[in-house]
Amino acid sequence: MFNFFLLILIYTGIYALMAMGQNLMTGYTGMLSLCQAGFFAIGSYATAILTTRYGWSFWGTLPVSALLSASFGVLIGLPTLKLKGDYLCIATLGFGEIVRNVLNNWDSLTGGPMGIQRIPMVTLFGFTINPYKKVAFLIMVTIFVLIAYYLLERLGRSRMGRALQAIRDDEIAADAMGINITKYKVCAFAVGASVAGIAGSLQTVYSLSVTPATYTFMVSVLVLCMVVLGGMGNMAAVILGAFIIQLVSYFPQLVGLSGVIPPQFKQILFGLMLVVMMIWRPQGIIGIRSYIVGRKNSAKLEALNEPA
Amino acid sequence: MGSVSEFFQHLMNGLTLGGIYALIALGYTMVYGILKFINFAHGDILMFGAYIGLFAFNALRGGAPLGAWTFAAFFIAMAISMVATAGLGVAIDRIAYKPLRKASRLAPLLSAIGVSFVLENGAAWLWGTQSKKLDYPFNNDPFNVLGVVITPHQIMILIVSFIMMVGLILFTNRTRMGKAMRATSIDQDTSRLMGINVDQVISLTFAIGSGLAAVGGMLIALDFKAYPTMGMMIGLKAFVAAVVGGIGNIGGAMLGGILLGLLETFGVAVLGIPPAMKDTISFGILILVLLLKPEGILGKVVREKV
Repeated sequence: MFNFFLLILIYTGIYALMAMGQNLMTGYTGMLSLCQAGFFAIGSYATAILTTRYGWSFWGTLPVSALLSASFGVLIGLPTLKLKGDYLCIATLGFGEIVRNVLNNWDSLTGGPMGIQRIPMVTLFGFTINPYKKVAFLIMVTIFVLIAYYLLERLGRSRMGRALQAIRDDEIAADAMGINITKYKVCAFAVGASVAGIAGSLQTVYSLSVTPATYTFMVSVLVLCMVVLGGMGNMAAVILGAFIIQLVSYFPQLVGLSGVIPPQFKQILFGLMLVVMMIWRPQGIIGIRSYIVGRKNSAKLEALNEPA
Repeated sequence: MGSVSEFFQHLMNGLTLGGIYALIALGYTMVYGILKFINFAHGDILMFGAYIGLFAFNALRGGAPLGAWTFAAFFIAMAISMVATAGLGVAIDRIAYKPLRKASRLAPLLSAIGVSFVLENGAAWLWGTQSKKLDYPFNNDPFNVLGVVITPHQIMILIVSFIMMVGLILFTNRTRMGKAMRATSIDQDTSRLMGINVDQVISLTFAIGSGLAAVGGMLIALDFKAYPTMGMMIGLKAFVAAVVGGIGNIGGAMLGGILLGLLETFGVAVLGIPPAMKDTISFGILILVLLLKPEGILGKVVREKV
């Protein structure tokens, strides 16, 4: 039971990393991307392939995961970010599916549907971080989350963060103020993707095996739910969102009711949650910052927006 | 390319695939034309249409052998499915999208993703993840016309999608309600001032789009069975078709759908793209179109206003 709770916390950490990346894209910049699962997979496979085939250490693969995910982020971002958000949503969804398609079919590199097994455990100063002894692993994941939180929170307050928020609130006004919209959007996309790549590396050394079936569209939606539930544009809230979603996900197993509650139940619940949150509480459960999606709700702005 | 008959074979296959894409793309494009938002749940509405049609057909047929009755039963089932799915589409709009009309673009999109998730998993819960076969209502033995192999199913797809599209064009261009629809898609506020019941028009748009999706869903289920996630890939491709033709433009969706069907078929048959990567073709096309001509083939360039 306690062990199971630790597992939930570890997954909270891994998903919180992805959710923070998503938050930078969606919460700060207002870009609805749906391919965190794709970047997650790229990071995972980078670590899996480099450690098993070329004998790299886990720590050496981290920058590779981050950079590889970021470059794919730029690759998919450059053509689509110049366009409206709706296109981005579909194009990124397509990208996520393509990644899974490639992982499934490129047998010589990824092992196809069977994936890659027997991934070595992480070692640090001669000390092995064994995923079966969950405490040590949890500490490592927590450190990653704290570092990412610190960096992304600072990024959010920096010149770049303010530019991103300006783009979210009014793209045309931001453009008129001389903010290079494409540059900042691509940057946000690349950073968000690289954090997801790191999360993927952690996932690999936690499960010690990778298969394409782990990186479905479901993962991207789950991450999106975490951001929306916690509160868009608020890094701490997103971590809380990740915890709640993971707790709900594993709730049937935690209380031993997995035989009674159908497996679709939680997905239906998450879907409903997205709708309900959008209608009644778009700012998420922690609504400290008066963030209303896109700020168009305000009557005053509405009046200003009306064409004369 | 081997011969002329081979060319016509691919043309036939591409046209039937394209006809289905076009039917589904119409739903995306009509909603986009009026609400400027992508109804993400459209593919799952299609899946519901396929299931309802399947159950209605099986109930009506009741074990009867193939014949005139099964043929009639199929079209009665299609009508039932269209009505039920249209109702579902309108209900989804009322519950999940209508409260968000004044919110930013992101809100209805997120809400639609939620709806799509609920529908997909709801179907898996209600009807199981096992795919269900919808029987052909007629003898589907292929026949040979000058070296081109054609199945009766393909002919039905062509005829049904042709009738639906012509009907839709007549409706939007010749009726009062169609005129109201066109007006609403140009300027909602002005239409309201002119006495058009905009809410009614929006509901009608969802109803028509969903009804067409139900037809598409049933036509697909004949070949590929019905299963809870069937709407996802086909919905995405239909969306690509809508973008290629020019999103918001009804003629564009038809053109884009048929074009995409042809490109996919010829891409696999002529260019030798492996069938496993067939889905990648559509996304490649999407990205190319977005880069080179984002307004699509028949779309108009709309400048964003402050």
